[in-house]
Amino acid sequence: MQRHEPYPTLERQREADQLGMMLFLGSEIMLFGALFAAAFGLFLQHTPDVEAASGRLNLWLGGANTIILLTSSVFVALGAEARGRRPRRLVACFLAAALLGILFLAVKALEYAREYDEGLMPGTAHAHFASGPQQLFMNLYFAATGLHAVHLTLGVVLLLVLALRERWRPATAAAIENAALYWHLVDVIWIFLYPVLYLTRG
Amino acid sequence: MNASGEGLHDAPREVDPPRRTPAEASSYIADGYSLRSWFVTTDHKRVAVLYLVSITAFFFIGACAAALIRLELLTPAGDLLTNEGYNRAFTLHGVVMIWFFLIPSIPNVFGNFLLPLMIGARDLAFPRLNLLSWYIYVFAGLFTLYVLLTGGVDTGWTFYTPLSSTYANGHVMAALTAVFIVGWSSILTGINFIVTVHKLRAPGMTWGRLPLFVWAHYATALILVLATPVLTITLILIALERLLGIGIFDPSLGGDPLLFQHLFWFYSHPAVYIMVLPALGVVSELVAAAARKKIFGYWFVAYSSIAIAVIGFFVWGHHMFVSGQSMYASTIFSFLSLLVAVPSAIKVYNWTATLYKGSIALNAAFLFAMGFIGLFVLGGLSGLMLAMLAIDVHVHDTYFVVAHFHYIMVGGAVTAFLGAVHFWWPKMFGRMYNETWGRISAALIFLGFNLTFFPQFLLGYLGMPRRYHVYPPEFQALHVLSSSGAFILGLGYGLPLIYLFYSLRHGDPAEPNPWGATGLEWTVPSPPPTHNFEEVPRVENEPYDYALRHDESIG
Repeated sequence: MQRHEPYPTLERQREADQLGMMLFLGSEIMLFGALFAAAFGLFLQHTPDVEAASGRLNLWLGGANTIILLTSSVFVALGAEARGRRPRRLVACFLAAALLGILFLAVKALEYAREYDEGLMPGTAHAHFASGPQQLFMNLYFAATGLHAVHLTLGVVLLLVLALRERWRPATAAAIENAALYWHLVDVIWIFLYPVLYLTRG
Repeated sequence: MNASGEGLHDAPREVDPPRRTPAEASSYIADGYSLRSWFVTTDHKRVAVLYLVSITAFFFIGACAAALIRLELLTPAGDLLTNEGYNRAFTLHGVVMIWFFLIPSIPNVFGNFLLPLMIGARDLAFPRLNLLSWYIYVFAGLFTLYVLLTGGVDTGWTFYTPLSSTYANGHVMAALTAVFIVGWSSILTGINFIVTVHKLRAPGMTWGRLPLFVWAHYATALILVLATPVLTITLILIALERLLGIGIFDPSLGGDPLLFQHLFWFYSHPAVYIMVLPALGVVSELVAAAARKKIFGYWFVAYSSIAIAVIGFFVWGHHMFVSGQSMYASTIFSFLSLLVAVPSAIKVYNWTATLYKGSIALNAAFLFAMGFIGLFVLGGLSGLMLAMLAIDVHVHDTYFVVAHFHYIMVGGAVTAFLGAVHFWWPKMFGRMYNETWGRISAALIFLGFNLTFFPQFLLGYLGMPRRYHVYPPEFQALHVLSSSGAFILGLGYGLPLIYLFYSLRHGDPAEPNPWGATGLEWTVPSPPPTHNFEEVPRVENEPYDYALRHDESIG
């Protein structure tokens, strides 16, 4: 064991790694939680405005992205399950999940482009909203999905690195499990973003 | 120090203390003297020392800003600083003192140093993450220094919108970046502490045997992990608004300025408990050691830390009583804020009960702890007044509030920090400091502090608003009192720097347990060896099992 390794057993070390990751994910939930709380408060105070603004989002592109992301999580789960025993399956699954992640980002970019054309983007938007709360809802949408996209990009990089490393210097089981947990969390956050943003239409 | 050893370290010495004691020769300090050995260390004790040096530096930067403020306020006219300059001075004072001194102070110095020692571990759960969190802190500190050197920022430490997002023209982005980055350091520290307490307790170190210091840090770490990200996202949203025009807070862009206050105080009120909970943990240790008695009501003190952390998440609205929030919300927030007083008072009562019939050692560390209790009670009681709607509307944004939170932050947290320094200094560096000077500085700080901040309660009650540097002449007498107190306080803070430094070379070597205290950290040599324990200890005793000396002291 390493010089500063404070653990009595490897088992304990693995538990610690996992607990640390869970706590980190807890702090990520609070990060997005602030945005959810803001959206919820806005919904309670200005329900008709939120319903009107939500109606301007593209339900089908958002729905397609939900399916894409859920599928990617299945691949990540299968890949993480195969660690140590079937390295090729792990690589294939993580690559597939990363590709789905990139597809998600592409769809999201398409959505943003359409919203830009409609004048919903901040900066171009001012005249196109009937009220302040409608604009605030749209701005929260951009902030939340943008932050989610940043997280997803990090997740894609993480999966690609793990997949490429598998051949030469496989990552530890804890690293693979934690990366999978991270991916699932980013997925779960989208599962909440989708109804809060897209399905609140009147 | 025990009663018979009283004054031992004040007596003139016959021989100079050895340059290097055997304990020092095999300690974590002797592990390497090169800069590199410090900058790439993952030893929790060394990281603690790195933090000690860096937060002390920031403390003195923040103190200089405070000195400017107090100098300016000596006269009713604004003759030393411009309006803008004054705003920048108090903003810098707030930002530096809160994020670069108070929040990391006790957790990152003493939590880092002591948590593993107290629970019988060889290090924190993630030693490299621990070093990383120091680097993140320093990196954020560089941004702060940049802000300082290029002229500062004038938004106040609260960064209220739309001032910060639209109007302020100082280095707002750099200041936001500094606070954003330092938040990551907090989160990593919090994760590290929680995992350490869960996974690295020595055999026999059950939850009921943890020192109360550990309980307090566990509660603090929960807040660090769960509240800090809310600050992070709030700062991101300001940056998005300022840079990209995504209006979240600015009404002209569709935003809601009150939303900022909700998000900001959702972090910043719990942040108060990040600053004061570790102090409460320190005082629990100091009081038991000074009274040489088992702490009264162990579980009450332990759970009250958790209760403060939990309730602290639900009181943020008391910062917004005059911001136009719903009256019903204000009433609920007022009630919940009063509720925090219960666990805080439990601690104070239990410390008092611990001291009852104890054979109390009046050493410097204990004087700091006593000072803490007095100031914390005053700060807490004035907090109760502020939690009540009728009084708060009257004194909101006056010096009454300034006095209140300085009693908690400075009178409380800083005094406890110094108490911790005096109590664990022999453990950290293996040398005794001059006890007389320690007592003098404890007394100076107590007097100076009260002289500085008690007049501010009166000022606030008479109607002097905070953040003004020009004021009607009738307030001058109280302001002069306050500024002269600040001078004494500054002296009190400067003294320990001198005698503690002096002790590093000239102090008497410290025994493993110079105060006769309980706890695993006192079973290892002073300073501790790199790996803390020769072999992992097996804990068989209850915490604070001081041997009773007198029959009367039972109960």
